[in-house]
Amino acid sequence: MKISHIIAIVVIAAAIGIIIATAGDASTYVNFDQAYQMASSGNSTQIHVVGELKKDAAGHVVGLEPGADKLSFSFVLVDDNKKEQTVYYNEPMPADFLRSEKVVVIGGYQNDQFVAKKILLKCPSKYQDQKLVTR
Amino acid sequence: MHFFIGNFGHLFVIVSFVTSLVAAFAYWKSFHATDELKKEGWKKNGRAAFYLHGIAVLAIVFALFYIIFNHYFEYHYAYSHSSLHLQGQYMVACFWESQEGSFLLWMFWQAVLGVIMIHTRQAWEAPVMIVFALVQAFLASMILGVVLPAIDFKLGSSPFILLRDALSDPIFKVNPEFIPKDGHGLNPLLQNYWMVIHPPTLFLGFALTLPPFAFCIAGLWQKKYSEWIKPALPWALVGGAILGLGILMGGYWAYETLSFGGYWNWDPVENAVYVPWLVLIASIHVMLTYNNSGSALKASIILNIAVFILILYSTFLTRSGILGDASVHSFTDLGLSGQLLIYLLFFTAISLALAFARWKNIPSTQKEISTYSREFWVFLGATVLCLMGFQVLLPTSIPVYNKFIGLFGVHSNLAPPANQIEFYSKFQLWFGVAVAVISGTGQFFWWKKMDKNKLKSELLVPVLVSLVLFALIIAIGKISNPTYVVLTLAGVYLIVSNLNVLYTVVRVNPKISGGAIAHIGVGMMLIGILFSAGYSKIVSLNNSGLILNKGMGTDFNRDNLLLFINEPKTMAGYEIEYRSENLELRSKSGYVRKNDIVPTTDPYKVVATKDIVYKGKKLYSSKDTFDIYPENTYYEIEMRRNGKVEATLYPRIQMNPGMGGFMASPDIKRNLGQDIYTSVSATMNREDDPHWEKPEEFKVKIGQQFFVNDYVSVLEEVKRVDQVEGVELTGEDVAVKAKIKIEGEHEPFYAEPIFLIVNKKEVGRIPAEINDLGIRIALLNIDPQTNEFTIGTAIRQKDWVVIKAVEKPLINVLWIGTLVLMVGFGMATVRRFKDFIN
Repeated sequence: MKISHIIAIVVIAAAIGIIIATAGDASTYVNFDQAYQMASSGNSTQIHVVGELKKDAAGHVVGLEPGADKLSFSFVLVDDNKKEQTVYYNEPMPADFLRSEKVVVIGGYQNDQFVAKKILLKCPSKYQDQKLVTR
Repeated sequence: MHFFIGNFGHLFVIVSFVTSLVAAFAYWKSFHATDELKKEGWKKNGRAAFYLHGIAVLAIVFALFYIIFNHYFEYHYAYSHSSLHLQGQYMVACFWESQEGSFLLWMFWQAVLGVIMIHTRQAWEAPVMIVFALVQAFLASMILGVVLPAIDFKLGSSPFILLRDALSDPIFKVNPEFIPKDGHGLNPLLQNYWMVIHPPTLFLGFALTLPPFAFCIAGLWQKKYSEWIKPALPWALVGGAILGLGILMGGYWAYETLSFGGYWNWDPVENAVYVPWLVLIASIHVMLTYNNSGSALKASIILNIAVFILILYSTFLTRSGILGDASVHSFTDLGLSGQLLIYLLFFTAISLALAFARWKNIPSTQKEISTYSREFWVFLGATVLCLMGFQVLLPTSIPVYNKFIGLFGVHSNLAPPANQIEFYSKFQLWFGVAVAVISGTGQFFWWKKMDKNKLKSELLVPVLVSLVLFALIIAIGKISNPTYVVLTLAGVYLIVSNLNVLYTVVRVNPKISGGAIAHIGVGMMLIGILFSAGYSKIVSLNNSGLILNKGMGTDFNRDNLLLFINEPKTMAGYEIEYRSENLELRSKSGYVRKNDIVPTTDPYKVVATKDIVYKGKKLYSSKDTFDIYPENTYYEIEMRRNGKVEATLYPRIQMNPGMGGFMASPDIKRNLGQDIYTSVSATMNREDDPHWEKPEEFKVKIGQQFFVNDYVSVLEEVKRVDQVEGVELTGEDVAVKAKIKIEGEHEPFYAEPIFLIVNKKEVGRIPAEINDLGIRIALLNIDPQTNEFTIGTAIRQKDWVVIKAVEKPLINVLWIGTLVLMVGFGMATVRRFKDFIN
């Protein structure tokens, strides 16, 4: 067999390996019920849940609880199925958090509590704020 | 309302679009003309059109700068990106803060390169410039801002749109001539010199991928399959250097200013430029082999096309909004996704179609390559680089995949890997090992004809030296992770073998040593990345022993440290202490403590209440008025070792409601061996009223000591005053001010509470607060018989700040390696450019 054929085979094998590994490591977007089911069936992979912060009638965010030591906080996230869930986060509140339209939490259930390892925020564009100062 | 300049700008946007199409058409005519005279004539037309296009681009740039510099806030661009207080260099930066401006920047560089092409490539001018002009037409269409009447489709987004057309604010119904007094301003987080130099560098890098692509397409078109490589090579080398520099600048910026925690986070936006760069490096290598041995022509063509298409794909990813939830810092969607997709597909289709049509005729060597040839090693290296890029490209494209199969009605809930850094690192690390081993060994084949025995003798010394160095590093660095051990060995080997080659080559001709130097730089970068990322350590561990949420387990609350003011804690072998909140001085360099100044009506000016001393130098006297930057608060953190101050860090917080609240920038203590990277992760909310507690009363005489919250305090004097701020005193009113000295941890503070008797009977008390100590003191009563004064005190929780500190070992090796790589690139470019001229 020619050496170039061996290389070609190795390259193809590597590419397939990468595809399989990516598919295996890829996370999924789920809602809280699905995440809970996954966790209770022993699946501890981290998942993405997309939701919005819980707000009262006046549009204020409710359910926000800073940790007593100011080093962590918890909040209530409402997923696409309107299920509410308290999410714990092991970091101080990120910038822009209260202004975000959508919050993506990456993490999973631990002992029936949802713990986020990472939070992604989708904010109304920072650069094109539609509020005009007219004075 | 200044309508002229906007119309002027918009007109030239249209002119630039039309002239680029005209240039493409004229060059096309010239290319296909059989008659020499006509060929020349059309070429002249094309050239004129492209020059006009260049002038139009300059005019657009001028118009946009004019609007920004003159603060014409009736324009959306000036309003949303600039403000009256913005300094000159940042007004330049706000030019490319948004999509339109960055398209313009890209167009500008390509127009410059196009003019250089016209003057250097007479023979290939027509076909190369067709590609240039078409690319420019696509870019110009992105900022066209014209609504096509028949199909009601908005083509491009113009930077010259008026505020009243961009925002539907009710004020414009009442008063269409309304102009805001001030603009929104450049995001203060971006007010940084990197924002001034990083985007132009990166976009120059983007632009520099066009010449090699244009040469490649022109070569295929004219069936001159190999002649394009020589002129394309110097451009590819400059492109590799500039794009690499641009990427690393972005990394350094993120590290130094943006508090992303590190220099690289495998965010889709970062990946989107990393992949084309890897493929560009691969293409440079195969082109160099072709130059030397005539093989790898097909690979050169494929890789050159791939680089340009990947640049377009990365543009599509970052600007179309498709990354959506997946990225933290892509551009906002301007509704250009359709246009961007057409741009991408157009060039993909024509270049692939062309390559496919010509494929059979492209000469290739039938000879089987030997493992002892340099072609083999270069080819192997290029393959690894491409796989390395493929591994990153695939997960980054998950949102595109979801969208794509969504078109066929299949719902996909695939998300990018949850822990991106871990996921990418575990693959890229091994690719790094492969790159190091291949380029370390390949160098020997590059310079000499090799066979089995010769290779053994050549490799002996570098391998032995590497092993010794490696053993030393492992022992000193206490590396035990097997993967890191392998990467260390590979990195050391890469550096040593290339030093060996460098030593040989320099004696022959120093001018050709660019390759060896560049590879040494790569080796240093690998070692720097390995240590700074692999051994980065959170040093701000919460050692309070408190577990605050029992349900969460032990790993909760561990990465951040709560510091109360003037209360030392130990961290990473240092004693650290939070000392004060500061503002940055505007007209001198340094910081001023917030407790030493009082605000004025102008937010940019303050008055000193005592002499302002920074780093032992007196900058202002008491009662001076001076300029500060109000947006940023700097937290003074002192790091001491054995009682000696080793560093004072000023990590920064921006409280900017308009831009989204709280933004942190780190400060870095740079040591030779490692950086200690400190950022603020939470601060107190000063808008809430503090909770005062433990009220106490003392009856004291002048000179008598008492204790407030354990601080030694003395009532020094009480005197009558004639003026009290905020209160109008009339003839018989009495105002008395006490002066109480409180010994703080580092310095004494003076509290001056006031006691008033107004209209003979009403008693008023104005308490004094000492912010640093969290103490409030009031003069409650005066007993003229006993000469005793009643002092009331209350305390609150002391000021605090939460920080996160990370130690990053050997990160300087990464930065130095980067510079070495750039030097290598520079030398190689000069050499290949001279080759091409001769």
